[in-house]
Amino acid sequence: MNIQFRETTESASPLTNKTAIADCDIHPARATRTELYPYLAKRWQHHLDVYGVHAYQGMMEGPPYPKAQPNASRRDAYPPEGGPQGASLSFMQQQHLDPNNVQLGVLNPLGTGQGIRNHELSAALCSAINDWQIDKWTSKDKRLKASIVVGNEDAMTAAAEIRERAGDKNFVQVLLLSRNVEPLGQRRYWPIYQAAEEAGLPVGVHAFGFGGNPITPSGWPSYYIEEMVGHSQCQQSALASLVLEGVLERFPKLKMVMIEAGFGWAPSLAWRLDKVWQRLRSEVPHVRRPPSEYIREQVWWTTQPMEDPERREDLFDVIKWIGWDRLLFATDYPHWDYDEPSRVLPPGVNDTDREAFYLGNARKLYGIN
Amino acid sequence: MTSLIAGGVDCDVHPAVPHLTSLLPYLNDYWRDQVTTRGMVDLVSQSYPQNSPITARPDWRPETGKPGSHLADMQRHVLDPFALSYAICNPLYGVQMVFSEDMQNAFCRALNDWLAKEWLDREPRLRGSIVIPLQNIEKSVAEIERCAADKRFVQVLMLVMGDIPLGKRALWPIYAAAERLDLAIGIHAGSAYHNPPTSVGWGSYHIEDYVGQAQAFQTQLTSLIVEGVFVRHPRLKMVMLESGISWIAPYLWRLHKFWRGVRMETPWVDRAPLEIVRSNIRFSLQPFDAPPEPTTLIRLFEHMQSDELVLFSTDYPHWQFDGQDALPEGLTPDLVRKIMIDNPHAAYPRLI
Repeated sequence: MNIQFRETTESASPLTNKTAIADCDIHPARATRTELYPYLAKRWQHHLDVYGVHAYQGMMEGPPYPKAQPNASRRDAYPPEGGPQGASLSFMQQQHLDPNNVQLGVLNPLGTGQGIRNHELSAALCSAINDWQIDKWTSKDKRLKASIVVGNEDAMTAAAEIRERAGDKNFVQVLLLSRNVEPLGQRRYWPIYQAAEEAGLPVGVHAFGFGGNPITPSGWPSYYIEEMVGHSQCQQSALASLVLEGVLERFPKLKMVMIEAGFGWAPSLAWRLDKVWQRLRSEVPHVRRPPSEYIREQVWWTTQPMEDPERREDLFDVIKWIGWDRLLFATDYPHWDYDEPSRVLPPGVNDTDREAFYLGNARKLYGIN
Repeated sequence: MTSLIAGGVDCDVHPAVPHLTSLLPYLNDYWRDQVTTRGMVDLVSQSYPQNSPITARPDWRPETGKPGSHLADMQRHVLDPFALSYAICNPLYGVQMVFSEDMQNAFCRALNDWLAKEWLDREPRLRGSIVIPLQNIEKSVAEIERCAADKRFVQVLMLVMGDIPLGKRALWPIYAAAERLDLAIGIHAGSAYHNPPTSVGWGSYHIEDYVGQAQAFQTQLTSLIVEGVFVRHPRLKMVMLESGISWIAPYLWRLHKFWRGVRMETPWVDRAPLEIVRSNIRFSLQPFDAPPEPTTLIRLFEHMQSDELVLFSTDYPHWQFDGQDALPEGLTPDLVRKIMIDNPHAAYPRLI
């Protein structure tokens, strides 16, 4: 029988039939342009009305590479009460959290206070979005946990924001984006890592961001697909910088999470780093051990968008080389390139690895029982 | 160690220009005068600092001068001991860093003439790559056509990090000329440093630039594939030189996923990225950036789903391996033959 009705979330099967999962990359949205205003001083409300956010890119509204879908999100994810996809808690519960048996959902708000040239505004927006995450999301649904969004280019202020939120159980990580003014290992960002390490919080690096650098080392490409595929190259360069600047060496308890940039590249990057480090280690004496060791001990990866080999078993080789204990399942809800939880792992994975992949690793990393 | 076979083609060796003054005999009066009057210094790229360990193997490093600047050394170090039938010269002299299109054109012409006279004329096993002044597309095409009359030039050479992504339409006349003249396009590690060497900005270290070459190759493959270069030029072969290899399959899995997701954006891309790579893209063997266990290596080659993608190279005089261990452990004799002989001949129509 070839006919199969499309599985709809509304008629989802009972929870008991679904694997319990963590979703380590959920994107909550604001229902209106001014939803953050109650959390912002009058000065910044006025600033946003008159000047906008003044990012490290040219467009007043929207991204330079038009997305594949409105708001880069699923067309079936518009909340019935209005607003963009991801703006309604009740619809997120109904469409995603309940039917997919999400036990832990990590919120990564995008398009907020980061990648902004006015660093004071950046700090104000980050503080606002952090309060908003508690009020609108984590205080209303205990499955959801927030990320401390920080103004990435002013690390001292970012560190203060982290210290202020440290110990607040609403937050499980610090959030950065991969593209910044400089590679993420640079000294200017170290106060962020120091504060995160002190607070015992992992630092998530989500794909995207604006830092003014062309998104290839040969300048600006033409297409959205190049930007999307290119997130993995940005992430590789950011991770190489974190290793080679000695961030992982200097902050040995720091845990980094690579979010939404794939993971297939990880073994190759680690091998390449090791090989070149053998030759050139005298240039970076602060990198005391083979780079792959730091990566193995201090880096995690969220799964979405899972790489898509013709033979899916090829992916198992890569996961084995990374370690089944280092992957954190994520759907990227409500974005269009969402990975469907029931379909990402083919049969043949043992129960221990499967449980770790879907839930256990995330619980352990984020300290959620 | 996997045994080498005689008659192989080394697709990536680097003869070094001893100094900018070595090109003076190949420049006209105006440019000779410019070089001397303005006190121009040697064009050495940061991609390969002369004394960096990666720039020359210790036993391939000459007592004086730049590694790779003596033909006798190259004969003694690679051409003879590896029993090569051919070695393809890819000069990495830093002419791409120049911003003036006229100056760059003069230097490229001089460099190509220097290669023909001082290397190709003196050693019949050597073949050449045409270095082009990418600041000006018309001049690049003219230089390709000028050099292509000499059949010993088998390839056009560009750096992986330049001014614009290599798939951009402005560059297509170069690809048309190469396809018409049976030249491969070689894309080599290195930067013109006209853009930050990573897509997240300037790193602090030479090692960071070198690690970053692999990411630069990935972004260029995306550009070349999605812009449709191989739809327009189906016979064109492009060779990624000193690119690394272990990233190829996972990179293509990702590209494939997004191509399926947003192919409406580039509808002219009518074949899956992996198929395009199989038919049009090749990779040089060194640096072989995988761990030494044969089991991993066998899986990596299986992930590529083709035994035709890799071309033998020593990357002379760069330090990628020791002794004669250019071939990683665990390759079958069949694969060795493909890598050393069949694949290079298929990629370079001008190798007879």
